[in-house]
Amino acid sequence: MLDRIAGLGKAVLDSIAGAGQAMVMLLRALIGKPQLRKSWPLLMQQMYSVGVLSLIIIVVSGLFIGMVLGLQGYTILVDFGAEQSLGPMVALSLLRELGPVVTALLFAGRAGSALTAEIGLMKATEQLSSLEMMAVDPLRRVISPRFWAGFYSMPLLALIFSAVGIYGGYLVGVRWLGVDDGAFWSVMQANVEWGQDILNGIIKSLVFAFVVTWIALHKGYHCVPTSVGISRATTSTVVTASLAVLGLDFVLTALMFG
Amino acid sequence: MTSAQMDDLIVIENLDFAHSYGAHQVYKGLSLRIPRGKITAIMGPSGIGKTTLLRLMGGQLKPQRGTIEFAGHNIPELSRSHLYEQRKRMSMLFQSGALFTDMSVYDNIAFPLREHSKLSEEIIETIVLMKLEAVGLRGARHLMPAELSGGMARRAALARAIALDPELIMYDEPFAGQDPISMGVIVKLIKSLNNSLGLTSVVVTHDVAEVLTIADKVVIIADKKVVAEGSPEELKNSDDPLIHQFLSGEADGPVPFHYRAPSLAEEILGAQQGESHAG
Ligand SMILES: Nc1ncnc2c1ncn2[C@@H]1O[C@H](COP(=O)(O)OP(=O)(O)OP(=O)(O)O)[C@@H](O)[C@H]1O
Ligand SMILES: [Mg+2]
Repeated sequence: MLDRIAGLGKAVLDSIAGAGQAMVMLLRALIGKPQLRKSWPLLMQQMYSVGVLSLIIIVVSGLFIGMVLGLQGYTILVDFGAEQSLGPMVALSLLRELGPVVTALLFAGRAGSALTAEIGLMKATEQLSSLEMMAVDPLRRVISPRFWAGFYSMPLLALIFSAVGIYGGYLVGVRWLGVDDGAFWSVMQANVEWGQDILNGIIKSLVFAFVVTWIALHKGYHCVPTSVGISRATTSTVVTASLAVLGLDFVLTALMFG
Repeated sequence: MTSAQMDDLIVIENLDFAHSYGAHQVYKGLSLRIPRGKITAIMGPSGIGKTTLLRLMGGQLKPQRGTIEFAGHNIPELSRSHLYEQRKRMSMLFQSGALFTDMSVYDNIAFPLREHSKLSEEIIETIVLMKLEAVGLRGARHLMPAELSGGMARRAALARAIALDPELIMYDEPFAGQDPISMGVIVKLIKSLNNSLGLTSVVVTHDVAEVLTIADKVVIIADKKVVAEGSPEELKNSDDPLIHQFLSGEADGPVPFHYRAPSLAEEILGAQQGESHAG
């Protein structure tokens, strides 16, 4: 029993220490004067591998989720004779919730795990140490461009997800099930507000982007530099980031729409 | 400062180091001087902490006690930016090579030049090709690190380590995995870098015969401190059994070959006793 309590205490202390390490890592990576000439190409390279390479999974998932929303929404709404509201229903679900949340979950699985594994491997093969010995700060060189790439690309991916999803809803609702084309778009336009819906979705997405990328980088940078350590860190990134996204989503939704 | 101190690039005094709190102590009261412009060989049993010592000198690890002075700067106490200033004057060949896997061999060697010099790409190309020529890898410049053999990767890493002509180079096992020809080339390279550029070299190695031909000073580490130091001749002529054991490579002697453990007999008998109790 005492062992269990001691174990619990250690787990709590470890996670506090971990959070502290993560905080210090991020601060050191982000403060300091930016060197545009050097960091711009690095950022572009990371935007490509973090953002562009995640496009396919985002577009395909967005399309399917939009189609499912169209189908489910139609079967529910048609019972009330309200199938004209299919447009706003699809659009609002995507912009407020599914776009930011599902994108963040997919991003954690696709890009987050890759970031953790890449940085963990750089640590295990002494590439980070060798940067340090060359007087190049790995936090500025490796962590910082990856952080900004994740932070900028996730909201864009979420918007793409929502746009493709709305198109999927349109395909199913209008093209297949025969909801009126004009009504679908005009009721949607009348009911979706820029500030309340689109902007809040983007804010959510920025928060998720910050958290997921940060967790992925921290888990990689502070992993145990062995193959077991890296595989644990990668799993932990996906689990921790997903839970953080879902938990934060509730908090943010309560603040924004509650 | 006396002239003797002026001639030492690195002065380590009374160093205590353990990897983490409560862990096995790696060094206790180690003192060591690395003479400027000379080649110092550091030898010692595997796992004794030679790599750790190089990391301490480079400021990647912090000692619990003691000072490590590099050209008059106490490395463990420097702020981050001052430490980075000093690191531009040194360079380290890692035991694993540690090439950047996302860049070609050429870009790996150009990397420190692009980071820390304002040289034009043409001049950088000339320097990179010269360094690659010196390690015999000019033809491999377009390969990625994954396409190199272990020995080639290490030579490429050596070329990168000397790219900026630093004042101090720390070589961690530069000869490991080299065939006799490349070994000879690397031995000569270390010697000639030292002679022509006057840089200070610290070579950690197990290849006693090779390193004794080029070293000016040999340091043997065992039992958490320096147990012997001197010129190669002094050590060869020494009748200290420990030095003799080390230079001739015998398993039995004052230097234990085994990682600290109870004796084999004790451990086997202990296990059997445990089993008979259980049965
Ligand atoms: N990160 C670490 N955490 C805890 N202990 C470590 C760590 N790295 C090394 N050690 C321990 O420190 C000691 C010294 O290791 P080090 O790598 O410096 O040895 P070495 O002399 O370079 O050996 P080799 O000749 O085999 O390369 C070893 O006993 C090792 O178990
Ligand atoms: Mg070693």
